[in-house]
Amino acid sequence: MSLPDGLAGGGRASPGGLVLRIENLSKHFGGARALDGVSFGVGPREVHGLLGQNGSGKSTLIKVLAGFHEPDPGARLWVGGTEVALPIPPGGFRALGISFVHQHLGLIPSLTVLENLLISDFATEDRWRIGWKAEGRRARDLFVRYGLAIDPSEPVSRLSPVVRALLAIVRAFDQLREVRTAAGSQGLLVLDEPTPFLPAADVRELFRLVREIVRDGASVIFVSHDIDEVLEITDRATVLRDGRVAGTFETRSVTKDDIVRMIVGRRVELKRAPSAARGRSGDARVRVWGLDGGSVEGLSLDVAAGEIIGLTGLIGSGYDEVVYLLYGATRATAGVLEIEGERHELAPMTPTAAIGAGCVLVPGDRQNAGAVGTLSVLDNVSLPVLETVANGWSIRGSRLAANATVLAERFDVRPRDPALPIGALSGGNQQKVVLAKWLQLKPRLILLDEPTQGVDIGAREQVFEAVRQAARDGACVLCASSDFEQLEAICDRVAIFSRGRAVSELAGDEITKSAIAEHCYKGADSARGETVP
Amino acid sequence: MSAASGSSPSTVEQARKKASRQNLVDRLERYGLIIAWAVVIAIFGVLRPDTFLTWPNFATILGSQAVLVVATLGLIIPLTAGDYDLSLASVLTLSSMVIAVLNVNYGVPIGLSVLAALCTGVLTGIVNGFFITYFGIHSLIVTLGVGTFLHGITLWISDSMTISGISFDLVNAVIVWRFLGVPLEFYYALTLCIIVWYVFSYTALGRRLLFVGRNREVARLSGIRVDRVRWGSLIASGFLGSLAGVLYAGTTGAADPSSGMTYLLPAFAASFLGATGINPGRFNPWGATIAVYFLVTGITGLSILGISTFVQDLFYGGALVIAVTLSQIVRGREERLA
Repeated sequence: MSLPDGLAGGGRASPGGLVLRIENLSKHFGGARALDGVSFGVGPREVHGLLGQNGSGKSTLIKVLAGFHEPDPGARLWVGGTEVALPIPPGGFRALGISFVHQHLGLIPSLTVLENLLISDFATEDRWRIGWKAEGRRARDLFVRYGLAIDPSEPVSRLSPVVRALLAIVRAFDQLREVRTAAGSQGLLVLDEPTPFLPAADVRELFRLVREIVRDGASVIFVSHDIDEVLEITDRATVLRDGRVAGTFETRSVTKDDIVRMIVGRRVELKRAPSAARGRSGDARVRVWGLDGGSVEGLSLDVAAGEIIGLTGLIGSGYDEVVYLLYGATRATAGVLEIEGERHELAPMTPTAAIGAGCVLVPGDRQNAGAVGTLSVLDNVSLPVLETVANGWSIRGSRLAANATVLAERFDVRPRDPALPIGALSGGNQQKVVLAKWLQLKPRLILLDEPTQGVDIGAREQVFEAVRQAARDGACVLCASSDFEQLEAICDRVAIFSRGRAVSELAGDEITKSAIAEHCYKGADSARGETVP
Repeated sequence: MSAASGSSPSTVEQARKKASRQNLVDRLERYGLIIAWAVVIAIFGVLRPDTFLTWPNFATILGSQAVLVVATLGLIIPLTAGDYDLSLASVLTLSSMVIAVLNVNYGVPIGLSVLAALCTGVLTGIVNGFFITYFGIHSLIVTLGVGTFLHGITLWISDSMTISGISFDLVNAVIVWRFLGVPLEFYYALTLCIIVWYVFSYTALGRRLLFVGRNREVARLSGIRVDRVRWGSLIASGFLGSLAGVLYAGTTGAADPSSGMTYLLPAFAASFLGATGINPGRFNPWGATIAVYFLVTGITGLSILGISTFVQDLFYGGALVIAVTLSQIVRGREERLA
């Protein structure tokens, strides 16, 4: 890999000049290594990008800084030139002059802007006389200073998404005011993926604010999946891969392809596999066209009988919304689903109608949407077949129990006791029950969202096999997942999403973990079959 | 037992002991309510054998509380589906007043009066369900408001006065005619209990109610029309509330504008207390019915001992809090299992 000279490795400046410096940071969870000897530094008034795939260690690193995880012994940390003992106590980051803005912003919508602004003061200080007037004035000055047209007395729920993000950033900066005046440190803001749900114009607005805060002396760590954004806003960036620093570089001296290569880990030779490897012409059993809704725009898809299609992309790209829109779990604004020639308008679609059309959904959130943990395996698995298996009246008849026993056998649900509450089973076995619940209907279209999330390694393969078997029996499968390994394992084709659109597609042998990752990170401008120069 | 299982006989024995102990705990939990009821009867029987332990006394207890049983059975339907119906007692009071006003003041035949009373209950359920499902307002708020509104109507149509002289056809059918010395209304309540039990345990509808109450999202994604189920459960509780009102009017032969309101708390207490037994962790009709009689037996016994009426409030209020605490403990154990 050719990197611009002298850019690999962290902490090139003298320790004294850096706002934050980390040396040799490692973290193990049980036997798994999340971070391995990570070192990097952030200079004053620097916007430092932090990049990496899911599982590369980004969030572990952030959580160590937040005092949420205790790092392995041997790591060292300097903040503003002075060494700080690790681990940082929970909440101790504020005293160090570090402030976080997480993806979900941490605002309470029903409270006013001012109350949200002061929320951490309320949390940590006993105040018996809040000077609302003075605080309001201060807030107004703060907003004027950063060019935000926000009324402090307005409830946050009335603000647009971008203004909320701006407010969260200003708040994070404001929270450092006391530390700033007390110590020499100018403060460090960690922005943990603040942009994926914002449209492009709003991202520019957010960047303007980040630049102003940097102008006023702060440093920023900008965590993102979006390489274009990193190229635009950061001065330097560090890429993590498999828990190690893959490289630190001056942003202006690299190209997008360099970064993609560094994230994915090797130069990806795109095999020019013959497209339309199988079953795409004519014999489509399920067709979708013109699907709009949520962040998905104008999606069209053809699925052949027995075909498993993966849907993936970066967070915020909309890939994970498609299955819910098709099922009517979230409302689509337009679109048509055709199953074996039967047309179904998607705007008025409901789960009940979807099931009637031969369509089932295995949701990603098993605890809250997939099964009721306090009810038995028998109750959970029987829900969709109460009428058919047990013909209306008298449902506790042995037929339901017999059906559940057969299913538990076929899907290898352990322990084989349908009377157990499903919550007492392991994640993998719970998922087998949810699959059994739906696959017993012999559906024509199977919609999956992260089917192996929270599923142990052993059960993972069984879940794959159950899906493959259903496909062999002729069902069409759509599987939304951010687990590229899983997509490689089960999919015939993979559609990659960016900004709500399916922008590229991989088929057959092209589907490898790294090819999917590469297409995801290159986003909209990676046309199908384009090779890396 | 085969020794080939690989584990030594003593550990197998221990496991079996543990299992049987668990079994015993389960059974105690299941039938704890009945045992508690028996204990209460035994205590008062020893203290006042000549007045308490008499068939007429039990016949009175069984008969007089049929109204509360019906109201409680009505309440556990929306509770199972995850909604509260605080308008239940108001429906009960209003429907008994509707009978009195129509039958006594306007001379409407008793059959039509009862029909009108039942219609008010169904109508209330429709209104409750409309606000709860269509606008997504919490059931606690809607039914509290609707209940108060209905009580206003009751006071209005009755001029805040007790109206007596309801047709004896109703009074006869409810409390005068007896079977085995127990007024017929007890058997009405018993029949209703059997119906609710059947629907809860043997029909798809009952299973849907349960899933809607446990997790609306799972229910919705499983194709259950959640709003329809919730709405239906509120109509059912409205209907049963008004049926309780009909029995109430028949029991007293009159309707007064406020005493029916006192049924709300006992109904909740019995619902939650009932959920700790028979089918622990679930609102269930047998548990609820037994809980009603357990509470009433206690109160009757105490009043026979000469303790004045405030004991009723102590008993019901205390029972509600204890029952909810117990069911919380049961649920806590279920969650630990999960």
